[in-house]
Amino acid sequence: MSKRTVELELATPGLDDRGQPVRVPLGVADAPDSTLPEPDLAGEHMLINLGPQHPATHGVLRLVVELDGETVVRVIPHLGYLHSGFEKLGEYRHYNQIIPLTDRTDYLSPMANNVGFALAAEKLMGIEITPRCTVLRVIACEMSRIISHMVWLGTTSIDLGAFTPFLWAFQERERIYNLQEMWTGARLTTSVTRVGGMMADIPDGFVEGLRHFTRTFPKTLAEIDRVLTRNAVWIGRTQGVGALTAAEAINHSLSGPMLRASGVPYDVRKDKPYLGYETYDFDVVVGEHGDVYDRYLVRLEECTQANRILEQALDRLPEGPINVADPRLILPPKSRAMNDMEAMIYHFKQVMEGVKAPVGEAYVGIENPKGELGNYLVSDGTAKPVRWRIRPPSFINLSALPKMAEGHLLSDLIAINASVDIVMGEVDR
Amino acid sequence: MNSTVDALRATFGNAIGRGLESCGDTIVYVARESLLDAMTWLRDTPQQGYDYLVDVTAVEYRDRERPLELVYQLRSLPRGAELRVKVELDPRGDLTVDSIVPLWRGADWLERETFDMFGVSFRGHPDLRRILMWETYAEGYPLRKDFPLRGRFSRAEQVRQALAANPEAHYSMEELSIAAAYDELPADMRERLRRGERGKLPHSE
Repeated sequence: MSKRTVELELATPGLDDRGQPVRVPLGVADAPDSTLPEPDLAGEHMLINLGPQHPATHGVLRLVVELDGETVVRVIPHLGYLHSGFEKLGEYRHYNQIIPLTDRTDYLSPMANNVGFALAAEKLMGIEITPRCTVLRVIACEMSRIISHMVWLGTTSIDLGAFTPFLWAFQERERIYNLQEMWTGARLTTSVTRVGGMMADIPDGFVEGLRHFTRTFPKTLAEIDRVLTRNAVWIGRTQGVGALTAAEAINHSLSGPMLRASGVPYDVRKDKPYLGYETYDFDVVVGEHGDVYDRYLVRLEECTQANRILEQALDRLPEGPINVADPRLILPPKSRAMNDMEAMIYHFKQVMEGVKAPVGEAYVGIENPKGELGNYLVSDGTAKPVRWRIRPPSFINLSALPKMAEGHLLSDLIAINASVDIVMGEVDR
Repeated sequence: MNSTVDALRATFGNAIGRGLESCGDTIVYVARESLLDAMTWLRDTPQQGYDYLVDVTAVEYRDRERPLELVYQLRSLPRGAELRVKVELDPRGDLTVDSIVPLWRGADWLERETFDMFGVSFRGHPDLRRILMWETYAEGYPLRKDFPLRGRFSRAEQVRQALAANPEAHYSMEELSIAAAYDELPADMRERLRRGERGKLPHSE
């Protein structure tokens, strides 16, 4: 193979014959006629398309924004880029087969979604779960709350220009993910509940791992608090931005931290307790001004409260079975299914036919990190629901975005959108 | 059962259908014509005080003879009471009810989703457009029971439509008018936009 040399002609425009850069007198030759008046742009509105592929929209959300200068006149959200038809799919699946779908709705708190669906199915079938299962589900819900709020904190601080809290928050989330992986074998798609119990009991070392987390987690929260809460830039970007009054928040059907930041002390865990939340000692965190800053404070303090609940749940975790003692509901262990005729029949019937629910309907709302997650199930007596409706908290919270953003600057729109804490898997379902 | 059902019947008489209980939740059926009045009464009567709209959705049963039900979940935050209000509609008939957006702004997107998924139209809704499916979606209403799980169009047809899609359809007429671009569009394009240019079911002609 012969060597080949290529001579490139390096021509730099703008050099004079001595090789010196030519100073081009910019704009002199074709300057606009200075006698013409400046175009009057006042009253001329601009249309900006934000997303669907934009890091600050937290997923595939597309916002069409009408701007007057830099002021937002109107926001028109476009959704559905992640629509997967989960509710339709649920109508073709057994109750236990729906649980993997719930992982994928709000994928930042999969365990809490699993619990919400299982509670609705159990209400429909009239099942009372065991004490150990109840406490394990509380642990699952509160772990989800912490990871979801940590993701929110990290991504929002990035949106507003603070990088360090993002790293701290994601480190904490990683530690919970390790625990989730230990328990369920999956970090994200946990599918941890079953109708009438849990997919698996917690493994050896889990309690110690979680205790270590609850001991060390407050230190990170204190650090985040120190770096953000009294930070002048953070306060300037968040205080008085996107404020909603209590009456507006109720009228927009907001829930979760969005509702409480506006001063409405409604928490499903206190007002419609499930899983024995009334027996835990924790505070409902309520804001005052309903702006982005209060939403931040509410979520930060909710992490502390979730940590308290986790400690109490670990202290009281009872021994005993995790599943109800009903062979028609719970799959027998594999060893029995292979050796015992009766167990094999139950196994076969559950896998092939599924568990039948009586005719009726049930709605269960639980306090998810994003707000009230409702599962509404309607049964006609078969093993598959007629209708499975998810009341998606971030979908409904997002619907107040145009109201919150109007009149603010474009850069505030990013802060307001972040403060809603959306996850598009749930918004679009 | 929730005492609200009796109070509703005393106020609205025959417009209130049966009340029943399922898994501890109270359900009451309201005639379609009285929905807005009943909802206003439930929200504004001090003894009731259902100030919070939890959810709006619809249910269609597998049994073709059963009516399609609109489901409204209401809650009174001060009293902690909950009520499920239902309206029955004939799935083969007129699917129009009054919008409750004047009462609760939160109903805006929930009603749009019910329209998108079931084809129920809400009279008086300020902006009744599809929300999860795109505006030119032509396959019908996905959560209806006669809608097949895999959709009505074949994969090839879906790809063909996606490739043939009109790029300007990504903006609504309203958005184009904001950008003052509407007047600059060619006349035929404007005409297609104005018609909405819905797709067609293949072999439907």
